[in-house]
Amino acid sequence: MAAGAPVGAGGTSNIYKGSGWKLLFPSWVIIGIFLLAPVLMMAVYSFLTKEFRGGVIWEFSLNAYDQFFFDRGLFGDEPPTLEWTYIGIFWRSIWQAGLATITCLLIGFPTAWFIATRKPESRSIWLFLVTIPYWVNLLIRTVSMKFLIRDTGPLNEFLLSLHVINEPLGLINTNFAVQLGLFYSYLPFMVLPIYAAVERYDFSLSEAAADLYASTWTILWLVILPVVRPGIIAGCILVFVPSLGAFLAPDLLGGAKTFMIGSLIEEQFKGNAGNWPFGAAASMILLTIVMCVLLVYARNQNKAEAR
Amino acid sequence: MAASTNLRRFPGFLTVTIICLFVLYAPLIVVAVYSFNASTSITNWGGISLAWYVDVFTGPEAPKFQQAALNSIIIAVCASIVATIVATLAAVAMTRAGRFRGKTLSFALINLPLMVPEVVTAVASLVFFSAIGFTTGLTTILIAHTVFCIPFAYLPISARMQSIPDMYEQAAMDLYATPREAFKLVLLPLMTPGVLSGFLLAFIISLDDFLITNFVKGAGIETLPTAIFGSVKQGIKPNIMAISTLMLVVSVVFVSLSWLIGRMGQEKT
Repeated sequence: MAAGAPVGAGGTSNIYKGSGWKLLFPSWVIIGIFLLAPVLMMAVYSFLTKEFRGGVIWEFSLNAYDQFFFDRGLFGDEPPTLEWTYIGIFWRSIWQAGLATITCLLIGFPTAWFIATRKPESRSIWLFLVTIPYWVNLLIRTVSMKFLIRDTGPLNEFLLSLHVINEPLGLINTNFAVQLGLFYSYLPFMVLPIYAAVERYDFSLSEAAADLYASTWTILWLVILPVVRPGIIAGCILVFVPSLGAFLAPDLLGGAKTFMIGSLIEEQFKGNAGNWPFGAAASMILLTIVMCVLLVYARNQNKAEAR
Repeated sequence: MAASTNLRRFPGFLTVTIICLFVLYAPLIVVAVYSFNASTSITNWGGISLAWYVDVFTGPEAPKFQQAALNSIIIAVCASIVATIVATLAAVAMTRAGRFRGKTLSFALINLPLMVPEVVTAVASLVFFSAIGFTTGLTTILIAHTVFCIPFAYLPISARMQSIPDMYEQAAMDLYATPREAFKLVLLPLMTPGVLSGFLLAFIISLDDFLITNFVKGAGIETLPTAIFGSVKQGIKPNIMAISTLMLVVSVVFVSLSWLIGRMGQEKT
């Protein structure tokens, strides 16, 4: 490679050729031992027998998965029927995360578009404004949201004093509160990739469409959206995946009716009521769902690049 | 020309942006305002006072939160330093060592902590530490934090390194610098802004973490987020709002610093 040419995204500079593995060794050791090995260990634990005060007995068992999917009655001797409790919790989590993703998209797309069409000097300030809240501690943001929307919180007090409402809105402990919390937690993940896509958008496409008498909204729907779609899909994944396993928003803003995967898993490892193999099995199922989503995304991405 | 500017505008997008910023900032501003409330009740406004800030530092819960804050800072500093060093080496490998076997796999490995859901990482870490008989405590928190800080440190560092052409190092090596010298004396100073923002990012991510810490912390050891969570479970008290506001200020200062350093670096090249 000619000296001076910028290093490409693929990392084509080979100035330190041959030392790749030496330089990557610490990463492999740390992530390999303390993340990859633990995930494999967790997979093993999901096939073990539970110990009653937390922990496991080293005996192979399919009980954890069996308990997740099937109901065998109180004494375990009835013919198995599908058990809806845990599948229902997973389904609700997917639903909640999906709604939060759609909300993020509906608010995030116009915001990203607006920022990307500012003057180049002011774009970074707008982006900075959108990302600051993300860097504030997630727990503190969630607690702040809880404080704001409580029945006796400032939002309700304010609306009551204006006589807009006669009784508190009752937002807390609802599905809506959880979605609001998830939206609030992950919105910047939607804005940033869409912004990156819109910034590269070639406006001569819009001009061509306008010359052919397309209306503003037709241009948005038929020209802009297909072009910036990779950014939108990336944003949706970045919001959906962490929302699915979120713990703080459902735990602090939701109630018993809004129980999600994160809380289900957490409960298995707290106190004496815990069931480690079951928690490990639920984690494995969550991990499988997430990896499937990411795989489908990666395959589409490769196809789009090949085109 | 007028047509081309109109094509950039959609009716209502400005309104949505304002709503978006309002939703993002309203809860934080409300809590910051209420942290100066003189009243002991968290709902009624009793005038401006610094009472709750005094309470944070001298009140009955002060020692607990101070110990937790100290733990958080120790862990964040150690984890982000280790993560930054590891990520810098990895970034050199990915951007400067040409093609080699297992490169794509290594890239996936570095980003693995971002792909695995946080709750799964938490469970896996707990299970792993208990299986190898490791007592949970500060060390286990430190290890777990180092792991998930690596990709966050890696992102700005590798982005920065990709934007630096390798002609400077080539020139140094033409003048008989060894690869090690070229790295230390030429590349490292050039990418300092990237390394610094990587470090700051890792630091904030470590301070931010609740879920993984909560799983691997062991009995009796608290970081600031786990201590706040424990306290909030019994109701939001005014001292929590004061602590939250302080942490908010720290985060904003750190992010602003990171942003300014990033800009400084861009202007130089």
